[in-house]
Amino acid sequence: MDIVVCIKQVPDTTELKIDPITGTLIRKGVPSIMNYDDKAALEEALKLKDQIGAKVTAISMGPEQAKEVLEEALAMGADDAILISDKVFSGSDTWATSNVLSEAIKKIGFDVIFTGRQAIDGDTAQVGPQIAQKLGIPQVTYVRKLTYKGGKFLIEREMDDYIEIVEAKTPVLFSVVKEANNPRYLDVRRLVDICKRDPIQVWNNNDLKIDESIIGLKGSPTKVKKTFTPVFEKETKIIEGSTDEKVQTLIKELKEKHLI
Amino acid sequence: MKEIWVYIETFNKKVKKVSLELLTKANELSQKLGAKVVAVYIDKHDLDDTISKYGADKIIHLYSKDLQIYNSQIYTDALYNLIKDNRPHILLIGATSIGRDLAPRLAAKLNTGLTADCTQLDLDEDGLLLQTRPAFGGNIMATIICPEHIPQMATVRPGIFEAKKLEKIPEIEKIEFELEKDCITKTLEIMEKNSLLKYITESNVIVAGGRGLSKKEGFDLLRDLAKELNGTIAASRAAVEAGWAPQEIQVGQTGKTVKPKIYIACGISGAIQHIAGMKDSKCIIAINKDKNAPIFKIADYAIIGDVYEIVPKLIEKLRTLKQ
Ligand SMILES: Cc1cc2nc3c(=O)[nH]c(=O)nc-3n(C[C@H](O)[C@H](O)[C@H](O)COP(=O)(O)OP(=O)(O)OC[C@H]3O[C@@H](n4cnc5c(N)ncnc54)[C@H](O)[C@@H]3O)c2cc1C
Ligand SMILES: Cc1cc2nc3c(=O)[nH]c(=O)nc-3n(C[C@H](O)[C@H](O)[C@H](O)COP(=O)(O)OP(=O)(O)OC[C@H]3O[C@@H](n4cnc5c(N)ncnc54)[C@H](O)[C@@H]3O)c2cc1C
Repeated sequence: MDIVVCIKQVPDTTELKIDPITGTLIRKGVPSIMNYDDKAALEEALKLKDQIGAKVTAISMGPEQAKEVLEEALAMGADDAILISDKVFSGSDTWATSNVLSEAIKKIGFDVIFTGRQAIDGDTAQVGPQIAQKLGIPQVTYVRKLTYKGGKFLIEREMDDYIEIVEAKTPVLFSVVKEANNPRYLDVRRLVDICKRDPIQVWNNNDLKIDESIIGLKGSPTKVKKTFTPVFEKETKIIEGSTDEKVQTLIKELKEKHLI
Repeated sequence: MKEIWVYIETFNKKVKKVSLELLTKANELSQKLGAKVVAVYIDKHDLDDTISKYGADKIIHLYSKDLQIYNSQIYTDALYNLIKDNRPHILLIGATSIGRDLAPRLAAKLNTGLTADCTQLDLDEDGLLLQTRPAFGGNIMATIICPEHIPQMATVRPGIFEAKKLEKIPEIEKIEFELEKDCITKTLEIMEKNSLLKYITESNVIVAGGRGLSKKEGFDLLRDLAKELNGTIAASRAAVEAGWAPQEIQVGQTGKTVKPKIYIACGISGAIQHIAGMKDSKCIIAINKDKNAPIFKIADYAIIGDVYEIVPKLIEKLRTLKQ
């Protein structure tokens, strides 16, 4: 079984700071990590490999720096890794990103594709389903449990208010939630070896030959018109007094505002 | 005439609240744009009555007798066929687990842009949809446009807009479609999540607990308070991680986004990741021992004190009020 796992390198959003003067994100010094859901997706792929002996290829679209997450993927147990990197890809929205990733996946060949449910920076959860549509294959999103038996997948999907049990066959795309598993640690010896050998292939658009009108900033149907930092302006009323008084005052306020 | 379409999500013969919220928003936008509001849904059952109470100039009902439950490919294809012939200007979809599965696939098939999880929708002078959404875990807001493709597509989280009744007599179109028999993924079963937990994004009142409760039993107390207010309970991640509450009711960046009328935060400090999921609640009441807790910055009412003193008293007073 040929498996492709899509991995995005993301800034650790819990470490983000806002420049108080310009109101923009300060990304300098913010650690880059493998997106959480993607790590869970990789773990599901590696579990399949352990079970039935699949070949797992990790891919990432991004700058040279994104090699770091691919090295991590290899050290966790992926067989191959490809960085998809070209200036003409930069500024892609999800539609354009999925054009690039689906072309790359086609070139690699696949039975199963894994993505994370959602990247913690762009936060859209759109890339997975868009890859599936572009490759004309079914998708099973929000995978929280996956088993493979007798040529079929049995999946538990985490929906808003219920769990859906789905059956699927290859070819298929799974988007995985991070609650699905506890990803294995990387193998340090493997990592040292990987850093020495530098086995990661880099593909640019000479390899993929995608029409430039459907990729990058220019080829993206959505445009970011402006960005700003959210302001929470609220007048907080501090309710004081004894416990009794506090509760009385609160109820009175809520009644006056017709909230209760 | 331009058309604004709203995809109406249905489940168990019911219409999702978020779809009605979007109908209200679509009516607001349609006035500025001079457009018609079209509600489209896919279901075996007829749900025109509910939908028409919230203002649609037209309802399109796609049905098939073999239709069981939502399926990505079937729904994408059915909507695609309809949309490519009618070319609506705007298409709005609720950012539920189904909406977020359907919308990107549909946008990819339509070769148009899609803005995720919008918290604000407006129109510029040229009638272009201004779609504002949080990214980077709520640390930044971006206004996104889709200037050269239609429909301009956006998903919107439940609870962002208010659903208001609006009487209109809609034109109704019923379209039967053939199901592709050979669907590659198949739903075998639907399992209820804990039925004691009312679905938190649909609730008007939420009583949420955090690490400050210091024990699992604290949630029993919160449940009593929620009951008095006809609400439901929720939790911070710290409380979920402590094993006091299930993940399904976690509020925040990695949990649910909620916007109830009343949100009562009990023993929750107010980390940015928690606030990201509840800051748009209409009225926030925070109960915390620490007067410097960041939750107070976004609260309408700050009660500095012990949850175990305040909450029982509050329950007691609410009970006497009812008698
Ligand atoms: C502030 C801001 C707002 C944005 N809003 C939108 C928007 O509303 N609509 C829109 O179309 N675009 C938007 N974008 C662009 C979007 O972030 C990029 O297209 C991004 O490349 C992919 O989207 P995502 O981060 O949301 O990924 P998601 O769709 O959340 O990612 C899902 C999964 O797809 C895979 N994946 C995603 N990107 C890559 C990659 N580069 N390499 C390998 N695997 C990957 C991963 O497995 C990941 O878990 C926005 C960008 C910014 C900066
Ligand atoms: C990537 C990422 C994603 C995350 N996503 C989420 C998310 O979705 N949702 C979420 O909630 N968190 C999330 N977090 C975690 C978040 O950063 C905080 O750690 C968490 O919200 C803290 O929970 P808390 O407020 O319950 O606990 P604490 O921060 O420990 O606060 C407990 C509070 O209770 C008060 N207190 C103690 N005893 C009492 C008492 N008897 N009466 C009254 N007050 C009392 C204390 O003064 C304190 O303010 C995320 C973190 C990361 C890194």
